[in-house]
Amino acid sequence: MNRRLQAPEKVTDFRILRPQGAHTLACGLNAPLTVRIAGHVGYYCAGMNKQATVIIEGNAGAGVAENMMSGTVRVTGDASQSAGATAHGGLLVVEGNAAARCGISLKGADIVVFGDVGHMSMFMAQRGRLVVFGDAGEALGDSIYEARIYVRGKADKLGADCVQKDMRDEHRDELRELLAAAGAPEVNLDDFKRYGSVRQLYHFNIDNAGAY
Amino acid sequence: MSDNWSLKESHTFNRRIIDDIRRAAKTGLYRIRGGGAKRAVPSFDDLVFLGASMSRYPLEGYREHCGTEVTLGARYAKKPVRLKIPITIAGMSFGSLSANAKEALGRGASAMGTSTTTGDGGMTTEEREHSQILVYQYLPSRYGMNPDDLRRADAIEVVVGQGAKPGGGGMLLGQKISARVAQMRDLPEGIDQRSACRHPDWTGPDDLAIKIRELREITAWEKPIYVKCGASRPYYDTLLAVKAGADVVVMDGMQGGTAATQEVFIEHVGIPTLAAVRQAVAALKEANMHRTVQLVVAGGIRSGSDVAKALAMGADAVSVGTAALIAIGDNAPQYDEEYQALGSAAGFWEDYQDGTDPAGITTQDAELMKRVNPEAAGRRLANYLRVLTMEAQTLARANGKSHVHNLEPEDLAAVTVEAAAMAGVPLAGTNWVPGS
Repeated sequence: MNRRLQAPEKVTDFRILRPQGAHTLACGLNAPLTVRIAGHVGYYCAGMNKQATVIIEGNAGAGVAENMMSGTVRVTGDASQSAGATAHGGLLVVEGNAAARCGISLKGADIVVFGDVGHMSMFMAQRGRLVVFGDAGEALGDSIYEARIYVRGKADKLGADCVQKDMRDEHRDELRELLAAAGAPEVNLDDFKRYGSVRQLYHFNIDNAGAY
Repeated sequence: MSDNWSLKESHTFNRRIIDDIRRAAKTGLYRIRGGGAKRAVPSFDDLVFLGASMSRYPLEGYREHCGTEVTLGARYAKKPVRLKIPITIAGMSFGSLSANAKEALGRGASAMGTSTTTGDGGMTTEEREHSQILVYQYLPSRYGMNPDDLRRADAIEVVVGQGAKPGGGGMLLGQKISARVAQMRDLPEGIDQRSACRHPDWTGPDDLAIKIRELREITAWEKPIYVKCGASRPYYDTLLAVKAGADVVVMDGMQGGTAATQEVFIEHVGIPTLAAVRQAVAALKEANMHRTVQLVVAGGIRSGSDVAKALAMGADAVSVGTAALIAIGDNAPQYDEEYQALGSAAGFWEDYQDGTDPAGITTQDAELMKRVNPEAAGRRLANYLRVLTMEAQTLARANGKSHVHNLEPEDLAAVTVEAAAMAGVPLAGTNWVPGS
């Protein structure tokens, strides 16, 4: 199946039926395809995606859209841990909840989660943006670099070096664009709070030893 | 140093220890440095080859063929890696090393028909261009990781750990995060970069099996997948790597170097290479995978005798890192004055993390790195690899072997009880293998 998707000839629309939780489905794609998967998928679905639009009509296992470079991946159900891990570009939309480590080591992609995200989400995230409609679990944005996080629900247990920041007009504009791109339900942008790095751990300092 | 011979230096609180305590008290920081363990541990030096005599006959040194070629990764990969010599260049990142140094490694290795390896920082165009066979490391940080480079690589090495710091992540201090390094790693320029020590999307061998399958799917099952472990529990780690689907296991002992980490890690975590080889080979034999899944051994390999002894113990190839850097000019005596100005001396320099390397190798300083002439340094590396190969062949012929892979544990004896126990070969002059 992956061979056909990775080297598509004339067909640009695919529909995969009964995936039955298969692992590594639709990974390594590199063409402007649309792939609809009717059912739940296993680990690393749409891993390292480039250009393609992959729609998972169900839940996704660990590492959905991991290391994505571009394109769009949409999960209509929930996503397991490490959704969008290390993704460099593109957009990941999770209509349900995402488990622990969502956006871990993110390197430039955008992630929009309509539900909650689990603990250690955006751990060491370097670039890119995460939007969460629901609540964020413990240690959100721990050791975050230049990535940005918007949360509408509760985010009261931030990780080391992650702080709440002002929402300025440019952030509202950014958020508006992200929500539009994700096809998100209409909500009041003022309900969101912004989080990012306070940049105190960028250089090792003995006074911060407790945070390491 | 005092020349008063009546003074007795404490073994427990010797000058080095006193200096460590004073430095810690002054700075409040642990010591970070590069290189590998400096402490003495049982090593290949504690083994000897028996050579041929009445019961074995040798091959003519200058007449009879002794093969050195090795194929890595034929278990599942459609395109296994074929090397002319069983000595590869270990993973060292662009970032920790200068672009010229990386190019020199590529040139030297390619001249000898062997591979180089990327590191924690992605693949550079120069590196790909100058390395005929390039192994692309898949690390926890995933800096610069992308599917195009995966497909451009000749093999993929999933790094679980490294010998200098099993259980630790990479470290690159701000002075080495130049604009280009920062761009490749998606990091702000000049910060102290801390790499993760765990992979972000798999946590154990069952997950790793799926991860390896993903990498194979993305690369059309062409590329060999190596799994590299720091030597901590080599028997179990090797078994689990094989179970997860590795084509090749790379086992890196505690003498293996690093660009930068805490000294306490370098000196006190992991086990010696000698002990690791035996356990890794035992695991491959237990799984009935010896020679089907290849074993590459790294960590303090310096000479052809180290190469030959590792192969005799059951490895398929070795990797050199620190020795390769020395071959291209690291710690060169011509820069002794500059090393001394930095509080070190040629032959002792280990502050790779500072980015001030007078030899221009472990630096991103545009002026210093010009001191590495990639062509000349590449030739020196090729010469060095040629010597290692010839030395290993010499030892193999002396033991009557027409291929370096025909060397076997029966060709070895140990000169210390510790080495006999670790390597599982008899103490010289006896039939005694401690623990057997």
